[in-house]
Amino acid sequence: MSAMSARERILGSLRAAAPVPTPDSRALEQCINHHHGHGALRTASPSQRADVMERVMSSVRTDVWRTDRVSWPALLAEKLMQAGVQRLLLNPACAEGAALAAALSPGVQALPFAQPLEAWKDTLFSDVDAGFTVARSGIAATGTLVLAPDTGTPRTVSLVPPLHVALVHASTLHADLHEAMHAEGWSAGMPTNLVLISGPSKTSDIQQTLAYGAHGPRALWVFIVDDVQEMRA
Amino acid sequence: MNARPMHFVSPADFRERVSDALQNRELRSSMRGAMDFLQSKRSAQFTDADELEQLRDLGEAVRQHALANLPDLLVQFEASLQAAGVHVHWAATADDANAIIHGIAQKHGARSIIKGKSMASEEVELNHYLAERGISCVESDMGEYIVQLADEKPSHIVMPALHKTRADIGVLFEQHIPDMPYTEDVDKLILAGRRTLRQKFADADIGLSGVNFAAADTGTLWLVENEGNGRLSTTVPDVHIALMGVEKVVAKLEHIVPLASLLTRSATGQAITTYFNLITGPRRAVELDGPREMHVVLLDNGRSQAYADQQLRSTLQCIRCGACMNHCPVYARVGGHAYGTTYPGPIGKIISPHLLGLKDTADLVTASSLCGACGEVCPVRIPIPSLLVRLRTEANRDPAQQVEHPLRGQGANFSRSERLVWRFWSGAFARPAIYRWFRWAATRLRAFAPSSQLGWTQHRTPLIPARRSLADLLRERGQAE
Repeated sequence: MSAMSARERILGSLRAAAPVPTPDSRALEQCINHHHGHGALRTASPSQRADVMERVMSSVRTDVWRTDRVSWPALLAEKLMQAGVQRLLLNPACAEGAALAAALSPGVQALPFAQPLEAWKDTLFSDVDAGFTVARSGIAATGTLVLAPDTGTPRTVSLVPPLHVALVHASTLHADLHEAMHAEGWSAGMPTNLVLISGPSKTSDIQQTLAYGAHGPRALWVFIVDDVQEMRA
Repeated sequence: MNARPMHFVSPADFRERVSDALQNRELRSSMRGAMDFLQSKRSAQFTDADELEQLRDLGEAVRQHALANLPDLLVQFEASLQAAGVHVHWAATADDANAIIHGIAQKHGARSIIKGKSMASEEVELNHYLAERGISCVESDMGEYIVQLADEKPSHIVMPALHKTRADIGVLFEQHIPDMPYTEDVDKLILAGRRTLRQKFADADIGLSGVNFAAADTGTLWLVENEGNGRLSTTVPDVHIALMGVEKVVAKLEHIVPLASLLTRSATGQAITTYFNLITGPRRAVELDGPREMHVVLLDNGRSQAYADQQLRSTLQCIRCGACMNHCPVYARVGGHAYGTTYPGPIGKIISPHLLGLKDTADLVTASSLCGACGEVCPVRIPIPSLLVRLRTEANRDPAQQVEHPLRGQGANFSRSERLVWRFWSGAFARPAIYRWFRWAATRLRAFAPSSQLGWTQHRTPLIPARRSLADLLRERGQAE
């Protein structure tokens, strides 16, 4: 029952049944691009996309703020203070993390993700109130954040603390998943983890009744930074 | 072959469980409510019929393209995974898969495994296999957790605890969660589940998950969920094991776009679920979290039998959305447990004969009125009704008959007397003199029709021939040829 023999047995029986040569997938991709490449938001402006993003995310109990490049740190800092957040995970090495850290009121402590998860797992699970991330991009049609965790902002920042706060720039909003995947060239280089987030954690596993806060963050705050109007101005 | 008995019930006892289920008024009403809910959620997602049909064409094309290339794609997928630092294992049977996972656990001295939702792990009955060897598996999907506490199997592939009322769950949690008072408040119940399981994520040695889609070109596992338990299971423990059927792989990451849309809209009526978790390899040196070691177990367990036959191969197009069961009049009335298989409902009826053999599943394929609802809603256009007819044919085929692709358990429902009746009937039909004589005798001797007619009269009034045959009546009217 060695692994090699199982491999050969499985592949052997499949090959015996499918001697056909590999069909070309170009026609298939044309059909996919035809179907998904004409979404309603393809021609929408960034601010129209931001409108849709806001509407769709709000409909699944996400708190959304529209803000600009200058005022978001103060706005977010105020909201964090009001919500009673005391320990906030952020990456001080990125520009947005540094700006937020500088704006935080004295009662809110900024924590960097400075050591491997296993070195401080219990603290992360029990003592951190919120995690701050900057989305790589967003997907307007489905109200989705695209997160590519990295060294400064690992995967658990958007997963373990009960509140996840995400910043997304309006200029990065894609119309739909198909556009996001192609525009960002996902196939050419996937990170170890790419996460699409469309609201706070939820479940309908008890008698089809929707309840938020199953295992992931119980609340999701999204700050859409309108960086497009500034570019035009 | 997997000789271990099913742990809970056997699909061979299907008929007995069906009558129990039909008498269960509570189950009937909660099933009806759940089916109505899931049907309306789905139809709200597909308001544009043209868009739906185009997307179904696309879903079918993607799956068929993948299946046509399956051996090559599996080899490519394996290479992509290995390039990303993932260990790849091949499991011909359920026992192989269990032994592989047990071996990984042993290597790490693991005592506890936290599980994201995985129907493949239900299929191989991993939890019991590992429990017998001193390793505990904790289900973390809320529905799976509820079902595990009750020592049951999921009754639905997407909504595992569909058969349970909030009162049932209130009692279960009161019994199993320390200091938990009885409540029917869903928010409180979910919060209790969250609190109980949170520490388990942090403490588990290994995280185990299923896979919704896999891309051969990038070696990416695409996991779909709402709760975040799948992300936690695949991120927090030091080792991640993903168990997947060999049919899950598609050629390219971009081919998943239509499938993902079809899956979430068909399954739970969502345009997208809360999380799409795309995993391409374990933690890299510069990263601070994520599993340090990752394994993918590729499971055959009878799938290659379905694959061998051109018609039955379409069974493997399935993306496990559950829409067929949500629209099935039989499933809606008997519930998922009656089937005694991991996969209930229409998809269960067509996949289980390959996983378990026809001997135990021959009755399942008869439990359909062939109304066609399952085929109409299937997002990848699996012709489920015609596959049911085909499997009935195989179940009734003479076991001695040589065919090109014999199925395990061929002829499980074969009966010589039934074959004799059909031989007589087809012979009589081909010989007008005998047929006319039979017709004359049946109508004149109708008073002697037995009141007990085997299976027919269990639930129906006896069949009694008419006084005169249709041909006689037409002749009397002067309309005969």
